[in-house]
Amino acid sequence: MPQIELRNIERVFTLGDSEVHALRTLDLTVAAGEYIAIMGPSGSGKSTLLNLLGLLDRPNSGAYLLEGRDVTTLTAEEQARVRRERIGFVFQSFHLVPRLTAAENVALPMMLAGIPHGERSRRVAQALKDYGLASRADHRPDQLSGGQRQRVAIARATIMHPAMILADEPTGNLDRATGEDVMALLEGLNAGGVTLIVVTHDAALGNRARRRVAMEDGRKVEDR
Amino acid sequence: MKAADIVRFATGAATGYPLRTALLILAMSIGVAAVVTLTALGDGARRYVINEFSALGSNLVVVLPGRSETRGFNPANAITGTPRDLTIDDAQSLGRLPAVRRVAPLIIGTSEISAGGKLREVMIAGTTSEYAEVRRLALAQGRFLPEEDWRRGSPYVVLGATVRNDLFGSEPAIGKLVRLGDRRFRVIGVINPVGTGLGMNSDEIVIVPVSLAQAMFNSNTLFRILIEARHRDAVEPAKAQVLKHLTERHEGEEDVTVITQDAVLATFDRLLGALTFGVAGIAAISLAVAGILVMNVMLVAVTQRTGEIGLLKALGATADTIRNAFLAEAVMLSLAGAVVGYGLGQLGSAIIRQLYPAFPAYPPAWAVIAGLATALVTGILFGVMPARRAARLDPVQALAKR
Repeated sequence: MPQIELRNIERVFTLGDSEVHALRTLDLTVAAGEYIAIMGPSGSGKSTLLNLLGLLDRPNSGAYLLEGRDVTTLTAEEQARVRRERIGFVFQSFHLVPRLTAAENVALPMMLAGIPHGERSRRVAQALKDYGLASRADHRPDQLSGGQRQRVAIARATIMHPAMILADEPTGNLDRATGEDVMALLEGLNAGGVTLIVVTHDAALGNRARRRVAMEDGRKVEDR
Repeated sequence: MKAADIVRFATGAATGYPLRTALLILAMSIGVAAVVTLTALGDGARRYVINEFSALGSNLVVVLPGRSETRGFNPANAITGTPRDLTIDDAQSLGRLPAVRRVAPLIIGTSEISAGGKLREVMIAGTTSEYAEVRRLALAQGRFLPEEDWRRGSPYVVLGATVRNDLFGSEPAIGKLVRLGDRRFRVIGVINPVGTGLGMNSDEIVIVPVSLAQAMFNSNTLFRILIEARHRDAVEPAKAQVLKHLTERHEGEEDVTVITQDAVLATFDRLLGALTFGVAGIAAISLAVAGILVMNVMLVAVTQRTGEIGLLKALGATADTIRNAFLAEAVMLSLAGAVVGYGLGQLGSAIIRQLYPAFPAYPPAWAVIAGLATALVTGILFGVMPARRAARLDPVQALAKR
């Protein structure tokens, strides 16, 4: 059973009078543990695809089977639960909550999941240690460097042990060397069995992936 | 998400923007403080008036001879029209009624008073020793009429303050003899200057034993009987008992009128109570304004934290969780404002009491509770809309916004 199966997905946005087809008749199958780069110019639909995979958006038609279950028909609450337990997000602009410390940011998903306080702090401490952030636990995001921020974000994305990580231009706001570190970190997670899907328009980044999906005008034009 | 975590998260959000939070709490607290202080003023005025009335002699029931015709013309009254006299015996018998503490008969007339060659017209009140208690009269000098047989009074007189000054000036008055009509009385006391009460100026009268006054005016009937009920709740029973008793004594004819001071007092009570209520209503408008401010600030907060809301949704927060977090924040801000406002209001009332010690400016309990409850309800009510807006945000658009 593939981990992800998209069947004939359509996503249409209405802008004023005109309809924009962000995704057209898209089929995609992803096995557990794969490392995929979704590439394409801006407006090609790659971010829409990622949002759809992350259950932040719903297709207009077609089916999305996640671990064999059609998740497009789930209620908003059930989708939130799937996001909480199966999916980790990494964003280009990190999306850390500015008033919370690094440790509190990492703990957010567990707080939302209702995990008790003691277990939370134990797992956060372990995660911060694993990502080399132990000395930064009580720092707020504005006291951290870009690379540290993205590492906090990755720690947050993995704290619930998700089945897949969806990364949207994870190195877009980082310099080359820091970006390299972050990618190595993500690839290490992938080596541990987590499905990694990276959206990028950077060819060098895309070439690191074992599988590349190229998008254009909402269509998949290349998949190898 | 657990309730404790929601509260902690909302607290963090509130303290994360200290200026905004402080201003909002200030606005809410001014509203609550206005309610507390203004109702303290209104209720203080009500208590002040009631206290003043109580000083007059509270729990007072007054008997007048003759019936006030409130039931229209009755042919039976036309025949048996002349009311019986209200006698000293009538008054004395009232003292045995269970709800009655004291009885003082009163007869009023005018005569000339002279002492040391000075002469003036004066109003004479004939009564007994109980009068001082019933009317709460305080004496400036000497003592009041002695306790003795109501029918055989000694020739003593107590002077009103003005009368005393007119007759004796700066000389001592106690122990001097004065002439009232054709009788001689010894001055035994002077009443403290008090002013007008129940339509009589106590400074302008002289008080003599009731039996002597009746003899002077050649009259058997009393002008009034003043009755003090045992306590405030006994006023109505006392009124009923007095009326029944006197009707029985007068062979079944209801030929007296019984009035209570309470009726007057109740009117004032209602009037000033309504005033307090109105003032509270005006103050409540400021609470409504504060509520709208809560809504405004929370809407701004939702806009400010759009990215954060998108992130929480991506991390798996349900719409309910986000709505509860924002609602909790609004409620906490309102609650903090209400508590601070309550403190400010009590402080304001305390300052008023310091400046005007005679004025009992305590906020009534109902106003405090209503003020706090209104603050909370407006906070919740005006917090719902922003919280729902936050919960309904589309995560993709929310995340795209920075």
